Amino acid sequence: MTKKIGDVILDVNNISLRFGGVKALTDISFNVREHEVRAIIGPNGAGKSSMLNCINGVYTPQEGSITFRGQKFDHMNSRQVAEMGIARTFQNLALFKGMSVIDNIMTGRNLHIKSNLFLQALRIGPAQREEEKNREFVEHIIDFLEIQAFRKTPVGQLPYGLQKRVDLGRALAMEPKVLLLDEPMAGMNMEEKQDMCRFILDVNDEFGSTIVLIEHDMGVVMDISDRVVVLDYGKKIGDGTPEEVRNNEEVISAYLGTSH
Amino acid sequence: MQTTFPRLMLKHAAERPTAPALREKIYGIWQTISWSDLAQLVQSVACGLHQAGLQRGEHLIVVGANRPRLYATMLAAQSLGAIPVPLYQDAAAAECVFPITNAEVRFCVVEDQEQVDKMLEVREQCPQLTHIIYDNPRGLRKYTEDGLGSLEELIAAGGVFAQQHPQFFKEEVEKSAYTDVAAMFFTSGTTGNPKGVVHTHGSLIDRANAGAEFDKLTSAEDVLAYMPPAWIGQNIFSYAQWLVCGYVVNCPESSATVTIDLKEIGPTYYFAPPRVFEGMLTSVMIRMEDAGSFKRKLFHYFMGVAKKVGPALMDGQSVGFMDRLVYGLGNLMVFGPLRNNLGFSRVRVAYTAGEAIGPDLFTFFRSIGVNIKQLYGSTETAVFVCLQPDNQARADTVGVPCKGVEIKVADNGEILVKSPGLLKGYYKNQQATDEVLTADGWYHTSDAGFIDSHGHLKIIDRVKDVGRIQGGANDGAMFAPKYVENKLKFFPFIKEVVAYGDQREKVCVMLNIDFDAVGNWAERRNLSYAGYTDLAQKSEVYQLIKDCVEKVNADLAEDALLAGSQVSRFLVLHKELDADDGELTRTNKVRRGFIADKYKPLVDGLYEGKTEQYIETVVKFEDGRTGSVSATLKISDAKTFTPVKAAA
Repeated sequence: MTKKIGDVILDVNNISLRFGGVKALTDISFNVREHEVRAIIGPNGAGKSSMLNCINGVYTPQEGSITFRGQKFDHMNSRQVAEMGIARTFQNLALFKGMSVIDNIMTGRNLHIKSNLFLQALRIGPAQREEEKNREFVEHIIDFLEIQAFRKTPVGQLPYGLQKRVDLGRALAMEPKVLLLDEPMAGMNMEEKQDMCRFILDVNDEFGSTIVLIEHDMGVVMDISDRVVVLDYGKKIGDGTPEEVRNNEEVISAYLGTSH
Repeated sequence: MQTTFPRLMLKHAAERPTAPALREKIYGIWQTISWSDLAQLVQSVACGLHQAGLQRGEHLIVVGANRPRLYATMLAAQSLGAIPVPLYQDAAAAECVFPITNAEVRFCVVEDQEQVDKMLEVREQCPQLTHIIYDNPRGLRKYTEDGLGSLEELIAAGGVFAQQHPQFFKEEVEKSAYTDVAAMFFTSGTTGNPKGVVHTHGSLIDRANAGAEFDKLTSAEDVLAYMPPAWIGQNIFSYAQWLVCGYVVNCPESSATVTIDLKEIGPTYYFAPPRVFEGMLTSVMIRMEDAGSFKRKLFHYFMGVAKKVGPALMDGQSVGFMDRLVYGLGNLMVFGPLRNNLGFSRVRVAYTAGEAIGPDLFTFFRSIGVNIKQLYGSTETAVFVCLQPDNQARADTVGVPCKGVEIKVADNGEILVKSPGLLKGYYKNQQATDEVLTADGWYHTSDAGFIDSHGHLKIIDRVKDVGRIQGGANDGAMFAPKYVENKLKFFPFIKEVVAYGDQREKVCVMLNIDFDAVGNWAERRNLSYAGYTDLAQKSEVYQLIKDCVEKVNADLAEDALLAGSQVSRFLVLHKELDADDGELTRTNKVRRGFIADKYKPLVDGLYEGKTEQYIETVVKFEDGRTGSVSATLKISDAKTFTPVKAAA
């Protein structure tokens, strides 16, 4: 297995985030290299989702900066983040339940559609060509995620594991440079987890996307990620390869507790 | 027709170059491959395989679902005089070892990563398997194993070779004769290793032709190829007959999309084992239960009409004007839309085979206007032995011998077949060949049956299972356990049946109720129960099952030959027969001998005339632990009928 891991693409520097008196994140720094699978782990309430929300521009950290492909930002703006090529999936699925799988994934192409509302409404000339091109890309994703049988099924009717796949599909539709996955395997059974792992590795491999994922299941994380950041009570307590993290005293005590 | 498959393909490519040969759904759109495209593709693959070193007479394994490029690979191998051997795509690696070793296979062409992994595993035991070629490259980018290559590259290289040697392909095709071996199919033996059934171009083409003539198939047919290509049925329907007739074979997008693809294509010629039809009927019924009350009433009313009139219309019998009118209305409002929904709007001929089909299931499809028929054949006979003519389809026969076939019933009841489609032999297994193919040219099917008064063949059971009643009123009568068991299993309430009667004075059965169906039935009657064992012993359930058994007896009584097989006594078992307990085979066939030993007190109880019997059995749970189940089982008598003697 030879995977080309490139230079640092996303660099998080000394981020601190507070909600009133509650310190959600304290002085967090880590970086993500191109083409790697980077995991953020930690117990409940450790600040994993908050970290993702900072990168994603949903939260504005009080301190610190984020550097993405050489550009430094004090805070990110959601739209700007999307335009720069960072996509995400959600822990509790923000899909359009009444829309079909195709339409849901098509929404991920929004930023790639240049023609105006008027042309699109009448579906004339460039708008139609554009739609066909985007639909073709969406079909690639459907094929990739093996959800051909559900193309026209309303998302609300699909089982949870498949909805997760659609969520991933919509993020992929953006052709992101960096893909943020918020607990992609939560609530899945063993088989669904294995499928999801395969898709994540395949995305990393075929699309060359850099992946940052949050995950609870340690087994899964250790198997698929290149490097792992460990958070606990908003602080970074470990950073390194799965092997290093596994042997880190502080990490073990955060997860298993220690005797005093 | 004294020709070969590659020549048939070239003929279509020359006569109708732009006509569609194959369709494949890619990215949600049906893509058409014309006959000339196909010829081009086959030429490239053949040249590529030749360059890779594939020799005339050598075997080549093909593993995967129905994919146009795998079909092209089979044609390419045949063009070079090599022999394609399709294997089941869901077989485990260990199961592939024997065929690959047996046929000394060096080349395999597979569909995707899953199959590549399997072949790499097989290669540890079969080092001669040097070339592994895959169609779909997904997930294989990082594989660096020796001898692994993509079909894409092979086609590109073959294309270059073909340009440099434009005559090579045609010359190779000309070298093969119709008497040459065309393909080999491995049949899963119930005991021992599988056997490779060798067929020539001649035998397969002759049978494909006979079937096509029988049903007047033309190049305008549309077929959906969705069963494993390693199964001779699929191979005949979507390969041999495809090349003989020149119709269009459609490859579904994936196994999960078959029902959608079926609806989109609307095949005109269709083939499925009974369980597929059963699945369709179940899904229709479930959806109707969920429909609004007006729709449901409409459906049930018109289904009643269909049941009365449909089969007669299908068989071309005269039907009263009013009935015809109401049926026509039903067709407009219910049957037509239903056929459309199932993908049967255009179907002209639909076949079912492989197992016995329940009369209700069979009638359902015929009554809504689907021309479903049965056929009889096996891998060894290249499928077509008997077929049902359009107006004579019945649930309990398998049709009349088709063109070129001679049938004889041996003294022991075994059906013997003489046909141009018989196998050449089992590969490297002269002993097995001699057992089934005798010097006088008859193939021994090991099925027992007879020809009924209409000239239709009726299959009863496997020869080795057919027994005789000894003593009692029916002394010497024929006893066909599977025939009796199947008849009972056609009732939705009965899941499994074991029948005993060989060397005994009467027939007794032990059965399992279908927990879902009977449970549902009980709930609707406010009948409370604690679990399977409890439900099985309810006297109401016994009465329900008794009615089923007596209906079967009444039916058997009309059959002069099998009237002696009527069931005198039965009991409902306290546990479900299970493969984990060794009571069923992995393919869910009952193991009569084993069950008789295990439940000896019950069998004795049945024959000693007791009304109940205590039994204790060891069961194995799914996690491997064992426990025991005990119960006192009721034993019930069933009414038998005096045989209705067939009019002399």
